[in-house]
Parts: sequence; structure tokens; C-alpha cells
Amino acid sequence: MTYSIDGRTVSAEPRPGQCLRTFLRESGALGVKKGCDAGDCGACTVWLDGRPVHSCLMPAFRAKGRQVTTVQGLASGHNLHPVQQAFLEAQAFQCGFCAAGMIMTVAALDEAQRADLPRALKGNLCRCTGYRSIADAVHGIAAIEQDLAGAACGASLPNPFSAGIVTGHARYTMDVDAADPALQSLLHLKVLRSPHAHARILRIDKAKALAIPGVVAVFTHEDVPKKLFSSATHEDHLVDPDDTLILDEVARFVGQRIAAVVADTEGAAEAGCRALEVEYEILPAVFDPALAMAPDAPLLHPGNDGLAGGPRGNVFLAITGEVGSVAEGFAAASVVHEQTYSTSRVQHAHLETHGSIAWRDGDGRIHVRTSTQAPFITHRKLCYLFGIFPHDLHVFTERVGGGFGGKQEMLTEDLCVFATLNLGRPVKWEFTRPEEFLGATTRHQMTTRVKIGATADGTLTALEVHVVSNTGAYGGHGGETLAAALGSPLAAYRCPAKKAEGHAVYTNVIPGGGFRGYGASQTSFAIECALDDLAAKLGIDPFAIRRRNMIRPDDVIQSVWAEPSDVAFGSYGLDQCLDLVEAELAGGGGEARPEGDWAEGTGVALAVLEAGPPTEHRSGGEMRLLADGTYHLAVGSTEMGNGSVTAHRQIAAAVLGTRADAIAIINADTDRAPYDTGTFASTGTVVAGQAVELTARALAAEIISYAARRTNTSPEDWRLSADAVESSTARIPLAELYRLAGAEGHRLEAKRKAYLSPRTIGFNVQGVRLAVHRVTGEIRILHSVHAADIGRLINPLQCRGQIEGAVAMGLGWALTEHMVHDAQGNVVNAALRNYHIPAFADTPRTTVLFADTHDTIGPLGAKAQGECAINAVAPAVANALAHATGVRFAHLPFTPDRIFDRLGGPVSRPL
Amino acid sequence: MDLNTVRQVKSPSSVDDIADWPAGHAWLSGGTWLMSEPQPGIDTLVDLFGLDWPALVASEEGLEIAATATIGALADFSAPPDWTAAPLLRACAHALLMSFKVADVATVGGNICMSLPAGAMVSLTVALEATYVLWPRAGAPRTVGAAEFVTGNHANVLGSGELLRAIHIPAAALKRRFALRRASLTKLGRSAALLIGTCGPQGDLVLTITAATPRPVQLRFAAMPGAEELQAALAAAIPADGWFDDVNGTPAYKRHLTVHFAEEIRAELAAESGGTA
Repeated sequence: MTYSIDGRTVSAEPRPGQCLRTFLRESGALGVKKGCDAGDCGACTVWLDGRPVHSCLMPAFRAKGRQVTTVQGLASGHNLHPVQQAFLEAQAFQCGFCAAGMIMTVAALDEAQRADLPRALKGNLCRCTGYRSIADAVHGIAAIEQDLAGAACGASLPNPFSAGIVTGHARYTMDVDAADPALQSLLHLKVLRSPHAHARILRIDKAKALAIPGVVAVFTHEDVPKKLFSSATHEDHLVDPDDTLILDEVARFVGQRIAAVVADTEGAAEAGCRALEVEYEILPAVFDPALAMAPDAPLLHPGNDGLAGGPRGNVFLAITGEVGSVAEGFAAASVVHEQTYSTSRVQHAHLETHGSIAWRDGDGRIHVRTSTQAPFITHRKLCYLFGIFPHDLHVFTERVGGGFGGKQEMLTEDLCVFATLNLGRPVKWEFTRPEEFLGATTRHQMTTRVKIGATADGTLTALEVHVVSNTGAYGGHGGETLAAALGSPLAAYRCPAKKAEGHAVYTNVIPGGGFRGYGASQTSFAIECALDDLAAKLGIDPFAIRRRNMIRPDDVIQSVWAEPSDVAFGSYGLDQCLDLVEAELAGGGGEARPEGDWAEGTGVALAVLEAGPPTEHRSGGEMRLLADGTYHLAVGSTEMGNGSVTAHRQIAAAVLGTRADAIAIINADTDRAPYDTGTFASTGTVVAGQAVELTARALAAEIISYAARRTNTSPEDWRLSADAVESSTARIPLAELYRLAGAEGHRLEAKRKAYLSPRTIGFNVQGVRLAVHRVTGEIRILHSVHAADIGRLINPLQCRGQIEGAVAMGLGWALTEHMVHDAQGNVVNAALRNYHIPAFADTPRTTVLFADTHDTIGPLGAKAQGECAINAVAPAVANALAHATGVRFAHLPFTPDRIFDRLGGPVSRPL
Repeated sequence: MDLNTVRQVKSPSSVDDIADWPAGHAWLSGGTWLMSEPQPGIDTLVDLFGLDWPALVASEEGLEIAATATIGALADFSAPPDWTAAPLLRACAHALLMSFKVADVATVGGNICMSLPAGAMVSLTVALEATYVLWPRAGAPRTVGAAEFVTGNHANVLGSGELLRAIHIPAAALKRRFALRRASLTKLGRSAALLIGTCGPQGDLVLTITAATPRPVQLRFAAMPGAEELQAALAAAIPADGWFDDVNGTPAYKRHLTVHFAEEIRAELAAESGGTA
């Protein structure tokens, strides 16, 4: 039987239970993406006889005799479909993983559906954009600007891979050619995950699994190297505890991997997992970090001596600090407010799940194609775990479908490499969507007690916070997120006395990890709420109390430690941000309060974030002039939708006086790019971007110096233009210069490294006007306003997009997202239909405003921008809700069922 | 997703071709739920689409919906003008979490047989006093009232291999006036409570409560009740622990919504009847 796919006739027979999605991908239509495999996200949308369907839900055999159109078949020849063109011109994607399904859906909408996008797009999730650019694409609003030589920096240039993204030809981690010689005899890996929150494995019987046809190997804790490590990735490996084994004989959370089955097919690997017989000794478990700190609590890591030495029970790390005397500060206060606030456990839900493919080449080198934010650290960890000589290992990404911190983690690469080393064959492991909720990482759940005092005029006298962070079963990121939680949110305010105490505590739940905002989000929520509560007690306006106390450019930037810090004001625009948000909120924009029993309120919150982590972070760039007079740029940092590849080309082009298009870029590849710590902690611009700037400057100097040498003139006479080096009297095309240099055996190239210090500081202010229905508890965001001081905008449309995405993610944290565990530690909602990330309908349009600043530390005046915006969002919502209702809701999220009974509406009497 | 345990697909042109029903068999209708979760116990799919049942047949008796009719087709159905309750077809289709793309494939019968509390095709057909035609594997077809079909969360009266063949909505129900209320924790999300009231020419009230409870609860009043009477009937029908507990809303919230929406529906229909609120 034959199938018609994008006009091709495909002679193949699907397996009986196969869905259309995998059948299409096996036929080469790799533009069809897997986001959830369950019909919730829409990334796999294709047309069947012209009607859009979720191909993951469609039995493949039902496509027999029908016309299948994927995103790869939408364009006619070289002409993009108008919707593809519109998505490109609006840049209606960031990582681009949702774009194929989004485009196939939008291209099928009728007029009525286009007029009701919240409903029409409810089956298409985007985790990056916040949907504004997608709405713009639907309505034909273009955003991109021309790429002009010398004007690249500051221009809204499109992602250089836009054409591939909108046509489905961009290759994400799993988009490999089945005919690739390196991947012949590909094996599939699946893991059995623990059904128990805390258990010791007494015995694993592999026999029945190994007897299943197609199963090649089963690996358990008895087979793998007994080397402790952390799956978290940082430049300094000592900031994360070595508390993890590739496979352990103790399971410490439901979902921990117990055994790996490697087989010829995914089906056989799954069957092998089901056939494994495991005998467990169930151990007592503890889920609440407060209970886990009790002396008699079950111990997760009996050998835990914390980072500071000495037995510490389940406390992985305790941090304290005090500047001034809070006792004296509270004594001097007219009003003291004290309350506990808490934030929930949420998942990154990047649309591309974790996954990697490992193989060994003919020379014995191991290659790992993976979805990571840190290929170089992953490289090092793999070398350590398996004793691989660094030269014999190659780790790389192609296109990564979102990260948000979730891929600052080595979760799949170790088992794939281990299996390849043992079996000699290529091995692939792709997480399912439920595995993201069961076995990846989450934002750390934190509970924060805030005590804050001020004089009658609102001047802060003392600020004290106690943070308990639930780091889950493993401690990776537990210390750094705790330190971040006690850092910038307290440094945001001038106060003579500040004190903080934090505990990161092991419990038997899925581990915390890096997540956009990284600990600072959690304490920002608590402190920004507490400040409003204090202001309310004092009768002071929320803007006014912030202006009175916020850090100013002549202040020392400090939290609760008096030691010198490398954080400095490269620029300061917090005052502008507050002014912009206040004016915009007062300007009458947004939607009117709905008719009915709705309470309306406005709220504001600010956030301050250092551009880059306190730990070491470095990057490097390499550039060379190419024969045709364009440039090659290699930089190690990962692009996962954060826009760094676009920005890096613009930085290089600006320095070299050319168009961004003249810069070909390679990134995130341990063979082909210089070392980079990783794209996390807001470093894509300020570290990797700095490396690009330094490299481009060095190459420009080299080119000019060579031109001067060749012509016996002074370098001062020369300057670079779009495609030539010019003096007042001469002009040498770059292609000619390349030829001249080559003839002399001279290469025009440069390499530079960048290191993060000092760190500049960015500012964000979120304003929200909302309405809450007093009966149903529904919250509608009527006006969302965000002002950011991120220095000079390298690419305004990307900057806006990053902030819109961060605001949407913050609204998800505030309003809809919540990982729920039952009493045994099982995740109850391990699917996108039950764990609700913001869809189009949930996401208001946000007015994004920028302070006018030019940073003196960041590259070309820019500062970091990917993370900080999220930190102000949830507290602004909380403050607006408090303003609307007169009630402080202190615990995220504000789903209607968690707030309805305190809204002052009619309360139903008991039946 | 791939159902890797499935070994065969049977595509009968008549149900009689399916003689036995061993463990591991599953009817395949739209497949939108079946393909959305691992189904390790299933090895055989029996495709209903080859049976080619006419999707929607309207007559003076009412609307006959094949179990294999898609939810999208039902939402787009053009009803006779005197079927005043027909807007419920689309309203209930829109009450589902699924996108229009899924609704184009998912079937009315599939949604009913899933028997989830928020299954709006259950809400619709119970509210419109439908009957279901069931085809047991052995024996004669039987008819059950929609209100009796779902017995709990994801549970119903179907025997092993028994098939839901058709849903019949009587014309009389379609000619009633209606009021619908719904709430969800998220915008256009899965229902936390979905209540439908209908009112006939005699001013009677049929109130159907779904999503908030594990199975549909239907209250019937020969004449439009007062607020107190309605609340008393609710209290009598749904015990304190009778509210559905899941991530789509706490039991207390679902009770709260139900109490509130029930009264809103009563007041709306009473006002239109010219009765007293």
C-alpha cells in the first residue's frame, strides 16, 4: 500500500499500533515534531486531506490513500506559503520547535477561527514567545528589519535559521537522517523508573527482559561505574554535590531511573522495561523539607556531609549572613510586617524533550548529539565518568528546542554513552513528555518567611528572610539557587540591616534544578509581596515605597554579606523602569473591567539581577576571513531559542562594519567551537557575546594591520566596510585581501576568550492590572506592562520576545502551573493536559518598554536579558490580587480553587 | 503515540465479523484518547470506521448520533429552527479541553465511553435526556438512559467488548429552553463544573451536574423550584464527599461552583418562564 506524503508516494506499511507522527518521520518528514505525543501541544500538526490533525493521535494506517501535508510540503517550490512567510517576518518563534505545528494549524484556519485565536490555537503550545508574535504573524504584522552593513547592532534582524524553522528543515536533536552511515544499527534506550519514593533495590532479574526479541542489553547499578557525580552543570564542579550515580541501588524519588534496557526498537525497549523483575525494600520517605530537617527524619544520603563538612542530616546546605543588626533595625521600626510566602514546584516544559544520540566512529571516537545548554561541561562529565580521553569525545548540539535551565543538566547523555561504549552501536534515548515530569528537574519549591520593618515614612530599617528550599532527592543546583535566593532580591533594596538564613533540604521528590530566575524568582516573590504588605500597613503607595528604598547607582550592591563583590553598575535604569510602568498603567491601556462581580486591582514588583553567575563562567570565540570575503565565527555557547546566535552575528557584524548575513556561525560543538561554560545564568550576551566582540575586534585589527603592511601604510589609515578594507586612497575587497594573504601563507583569523567579571546588573519592573471574579475565582489580566533595563538592545525584536516569553512563563507560575504529588510521592499530573502551561488564551499581550541606558560593562552596551524579567511577574500579580481583594494570597499558584473562598463574594453555605 | 504492543488491526465491515473478545482487544473509534496514553494491555485494535455508520440523522423523533460521529461534526450540525436546545451541541463541544483539530477526529461515542467527569458529550447527552443503544458481544442490543450510563470516574455500564452504537436525543428535549454554566481553572480549560439546565413548556426543570462530580447527577423538578428547594435537592443528591477530586479543581471549589451555577441557571430559566426567582 502507498501513502502520499508532501506529494511523494511512499511505499511502506506502518506497524499496527503506529501513529502517523512517527510514520511520517520515518519517511523523512522530520519537520513533524514531538512535543508531547499526546495531542496536547500541537507540534506534530499535519494536514490529512487538507484538514489539520495532531499526527501523534492519528493511527498511521488511516492515512492510507489520503494526502498528507507536513510543514515540509507547504511551500510551493522555493516560494514560502504566505503563513510561513508571515511567521518569518513576524519572527513568531524563538526555539522554533512549535513552529511547524503552529504554521500548519494557522494555515488551515478559516476567517472565523482567525478572529478567535484563543480558541483556534488552544491545541498549540509555545513555551518561548508568549504568543504575541504568533498573533502578529496571523495578522500579517511584520517585525524584521533590513540587514545593513554597519547597522547590524540594534537592528531587528531575523534568526539566521528562520527559513529552516518555518519550512521544517531545521534539524533539532532527534532530527537525524535514518540513512546516516554513522547511525546504522541504531539502538533505542528506555529506562525503568522507580515506583517508590524511597527504596533499596534488593534484586533485579533481567532474564525475562533479555528474552524479549530485540532486547540487546539491560544495565543496572551492578553494571555501571560507581562514580558519584552531579547531573547539574557548572564551570566549578564543586558547587554541586557528587551525590548521584548513573544507576543507583537506592531509589530516592518516584521516577528515579532503576535500569536501562537497550533494544533494536523503542517497542522492544519498553517491553524489556516492563519485563524487568525488581525486588525493593521500601524505605520510609519524607516529602516536606521542614519534616526532613527533623532529627528522626529518614535520611536520603547518609553520607551527606554538605558542602561545608560535618554531618548534616538532610540539610544539603545552610547559608546565613547579616549586615548591620536586624535586631536594632526592627527596634527602630515604626511598623514591622512578618509573613510566610511560598512558591510551587514547576517544570520547564521546553517543547523539545531531553534526548541524545551517541555513536562511535571508525577511529573509535565517541560522538554525542544532544539537547543541552552546556555541551562542554557535559563533555567533561562524560570524560570523568567513563575515563574517556577528552580528545576521543565530541559533544554537540544542532538546534535545541528550548531549555529555560532544564538542559543545564546531564540527564540522558551518560546512559547513551555507557551503552555505546559497551555495545559498540549507536544508541538513542529520547524522553517522553511524562518523563520530563518524573525524571528531569523542576524549579525548587521554596518557602520564605519575611520580616521587614520601616519607619513611618517608609524607610526600611531591617529586612530578614528565612528560606527553606526543597532540593528534592539530589542536590544539583540546590546550593547555587539558595545562594541566588539570598542574593539579588535582598540587594535590590537599601537597608541598613539585612539578614538571611537559608536551608536547602533533601526530600524524596524529583530534584530541583536550574530554572529561569534561578532561586531569585522565589525570594523576589516573597520580598516584593512583603514590601507591598508593609506599604499597605504604612498607607504608602507601592511605587513610592520602592522609590524610597530601591538601590541607587551610588549605593554598594550587597545582600547580606559585606565582602567585596564583582557586581557593578555598568548602567542604571531602575528609576526609568518604575516611571515607565507607572505611566503606562495610568495611561488607560489594556482591557476594561468585565461586567459582573469582578474586583479590580493593580500591582507592581521589581527585580534586580546580576548579569551572570557568581561562579566562574567563561567563553571563547574564533573568527576567520573566508575566501569570498565573508566571515566564519565559532562560539561555544548554545542557542536554544534565546537568540544568542542572532545576537552574536550582530555583535561581530557591528565590530567588522558588515552585515550580519556576512557572518557564518558555528556554535555549541566541542570539536568546532572554542570552550564555553554553557548558556545559562544569563551569560549568552555578557560572556559569549563579549567573547564574540573581543574576537571580532582582534580580527578587524588583524585585517587592517595586514592591509597596512601590504601597502606600506599606517593601520590608522584603514577601516573596514561591508566587503572591503578601505583607506582614503585605496580599497581592497576582502576576497582580494584573503587571496593576497593566502598567497603569502598568511591567515586572517583571531581567537579570544572572555571571562565573567565584573558583572553588570539589570533591572525589571512588572505592572499588572487584573480582575478577579468574586465567585468563580477566575483571574483576568487586563493590562500587563513590563519595563526592562537591559542596556543597549542588540536586537530589539528579540529582546521584546525574550521578555514576552518570560512574562508568559511568570504568569504560568503565578496562575496555572503546579506539579502535584500524592501522599506516596507520585506525580499526579505528568502530562501537559493536566499540568497547564499558558496557552494562547491564558496569555495577555504585554506592553514591553525599555529604559534608555548604555552599559559600560556588557558587550556594545548590552546587558543580560533572558532571565530577570520573570522574577517580577508573579509578585506583581500577587500584589494586584491583594489590591483588588484586600486579601494577601501568599502561596503560588493562584488557581481559582485555591483562592475562591477568600474573595469576599457570596460563600455558599454548607449543604 | 505509538502503541507498540499492538500486533494487529481488525477492520470489520460488520460487527458480526468480530466473534470473540479476548483480553487485549480495544475498539478504535477516533483514537484520540487511545493514542494519547500508553496502552500496554492492548494488542488488537478493532477499527469501527469500516462500519460506516451514518454520523448524524435528524428526524421528527430527534437526533440519532452514531457513536463514530465526530465531535466536530456534531458541533457544526445545522439543527431545525425549533430545536431551541441545539446550541448546546456546540457549547458542549467547546467545553472540552480538546482543540478543534482533535474534535475533528474524536468521536462522540469515544468521549462518552471514556466516561470522564468532564466529558462534555456525557454532559450534553445526559442533559438532553438521550438514550444510548448498546451492542453487547452476545445477546440482543439494549438501550440505557444516558444518565445511567456513567457509573464513576472513567467507569460505565459497558460489559466486556460491549459497543456503544448510537445516541438518540429525543426531539422533545431538543425543543426545551436551556441554560449552561461552566468554569475551569484555566482559560478554555478542562471543566471543573459544567451544569446544564433545561426547561419545558410546563416550566419544569431538569438540572444536570457534571465535571464537579465523579458521575453525572441529574435533578428533576416538575415545576420550577425556588432557590431553597433547589439547594435542598442538591444537598440531598450529592453527599459531602460526593465531589470529584482531581487537578482540575478541589472538591470544595467544585461544590461552591455547583451551588452557585445551579442557582444562576434556575434564576435564568425561571425569569424566562415569567416565574418568580
